[in-house]
Amino acid sequence: MTTTSQTSYLAPKPRRGTGLTTWIDRHLKLVFTAPAIAFVAILIVFPIAYTVFLSFTDSASSVTRPFRFVGLDNYARWLTDFERFWPATGRTAYFTVTALVVELVLGLAIALLLRKTFRGQGLVRVFILLPLVATPVAVGMMWLLIFEPSIGFANVFMKSLGLGPQLWLSGTDTALNTLIFIDVWQWTPMVVLILLAGLSTLPEEPDEAARVDGANAWQRFVHITLPLLMPTIAAAAILRSIDAMKTFDIIYATKGRTGGSNNEAETLNMLAYNESFGNSQYGSAAALLMLFLLFIVIILTALTILRTKGNRA
Amino acid sequence: MNATTETVAQRTAPPTTPSSPSHRVPASRRRRKRFLLPTLRTVAIVGVVLLFVLPLGWMLMAAFKTNLDIVSPARTFDFTPTLNNFNTVFGAQNFAPFILNSVIVGIGATVIALVLGVPAAYGIARYRIRNATAFVLLARVIPGVSLLIPWYFLFSQVQLVGTYTALILTHIFVTMPLVVAIMVGFFEGLPEELEEAAQIDGSSRVGAFLRVVLPLALPGVATSAILAFIFSWNNFLFALVLSNQDTRTLPVAISNFTSYASVDWGGLMAASVVITIPVMLVALFAQKYVVAGLTAGATKG
Repeated sequence: MTTTSQTSYLAPKPRRGTGLTTWIDRHLKLVFTAPAIAFVAILIVFPIAYTVFLSFTDSASSVTRPFRFVGLDNYARWLTDFERFWPATGRTAYFTVTALVVELVLGLAIALLLRKTFRGQGLVRVFILLPLVATPVAVGMMWLLIFEPSIGFANVFMKSLGLGPQLWLSGTDTALNTLIFIDVWQWTPMVVLILLAGLSTLPEEPDEAARVDGANAWQRFVHITLPLLMPTIAAAAILRSIDAMKTFDIIYATKGRTGGSNNEAETLNMLAYNESFGNSQYGSAAALLMLFLLFIVIILTALTILRTKGNRA
Repeated sequence: MNATTETVAQRTAPPTTPSSPSHRVPASRRRRKRFLLPTLRTVAIVGVVLLFVLPLGWMLMAAFKTNLDIVSPARTFDFTPTLNNFNTVFGAQNFAPFILNSVIVGIGATVIALVLGVPAAYGIARYRIRNATAFVLLARVIPGVSLLIPWYFLFSQVQLVGTYTALILTHIFVTMPLVVAIMVGFFEGLPEELEEAAQIDGSSRVGAFLRVVLPLALPGVATSAILAFIFSWNNFLFALVLSNQDTRTLPVAISNFTSYASVDWGGLMAASVVITIPVMLVALFAQKYVVAGLTAGATKG
């Protein structure tokens, strides 16, 4: 390969004698991307297509059992299911929106707090990184102990504030909010890191100019920093909402497969898992997943449109 | 939020600027403010750190307590550390094989994702394949369960359910998009002139990639490898369905802890510590890489 002289570069075509290397060079784009594309096709595109196909069948109980084509029956059944489907949709929406808003507001506040250099800044950034890399299932177990009504620290803390004990994760009314708290604890650092990265790229001149013009800190934040940071905030919002909608590990770890005995923490993702690998209703679960994917795409499109509008403004 | 932003901005304001509004307040108040605000900021920073670290500290302490000490509020900090819980985890619960399983699957999924993903990312970056980034996003959007069902069908047909092969292949779904996303950004940042120079010097394009580009891209490869391993290590859903008694990974092993009638809190916390400590140590020592990888792409707009 290295013996090719400079003249061969200047010549219009590479020398023929180098065989394989020449062929690879000519088709570099294909050679480099084909293995990844093949993997994606076999393990993602084909399976997704199969899930779409299954959603129109009555496949159930065993993967070897023959199944029939049932048209839109599965979809019709879910869309008229006010026992499990719509409550789960509502919980997913509530969980996602609440967690997202809290994480963005809290994340922005913390990012601004940590923006300017201070002693021990590196250490603080390491500390806020820890929840982010911690294994979600273990995080769920950790909060299961802290929120344990009779022995956990949460109720000891409530008592020290003069407040009554709560059931937290074990309560039908409180479980979902407690899970949102856990999500906020684990993923706010993600928002902080993204916003800190965004803040570090902001130009300093507009802020300087406003200061010279006598704008106070709040005015500068609302009229300069916030609009400039908007694209980054939108990116963080998109990333977080995708993941929040699909939250699974902490719910499964703390509430089990059915999202609690009254399904009080059952989101769409949990319901889809329970329907497929709990009840072995594969066709029905596939239809549910298609509806779930549709919701995700709608929300994602809306957020992306908002983002491009914000960028243009 | 209002208070914290004020704090940050006030500190950055040069006190000598004549037009600064703070000059209108009396000198004594100003002095007090200049002392008070940094203090408030320090308190706020300490508060933030405690919020994120205390729960982990709580887990760590409980792992070294007897179950009797865990249930007693008086023994929150005043307890005699014991290794009994870790004896349970590695003895009765026999966690060592699960650690090995997680390592095998994590390394397998990371190495294959790098082999497939790094050249693909180079192709995407150099030939500006626009749709590729949309695909990376799509991989993030698809709910894992909608892949698990067909995977389960497929792996059942070829008797791969419960094997490392099935676990590694499925974990690549988590690791490869990460590798591609991080590496595309990295390659786009490398000047093309370097490869051109290598080619003028007689190197083939593959040769230029291997000898010039790849060595320069090593920090990016390290970033994506670390993150890919962490994400595979933390993944729960795929192994929950596709692993068996022998190939069970750590997150699945831990989730089985609670299925017993009475929860062994000490053992559960010790197991949680065993699974989280390795990733946290990685995060500590490779902080720069982890942060760069997690925020890759998000700030480019």
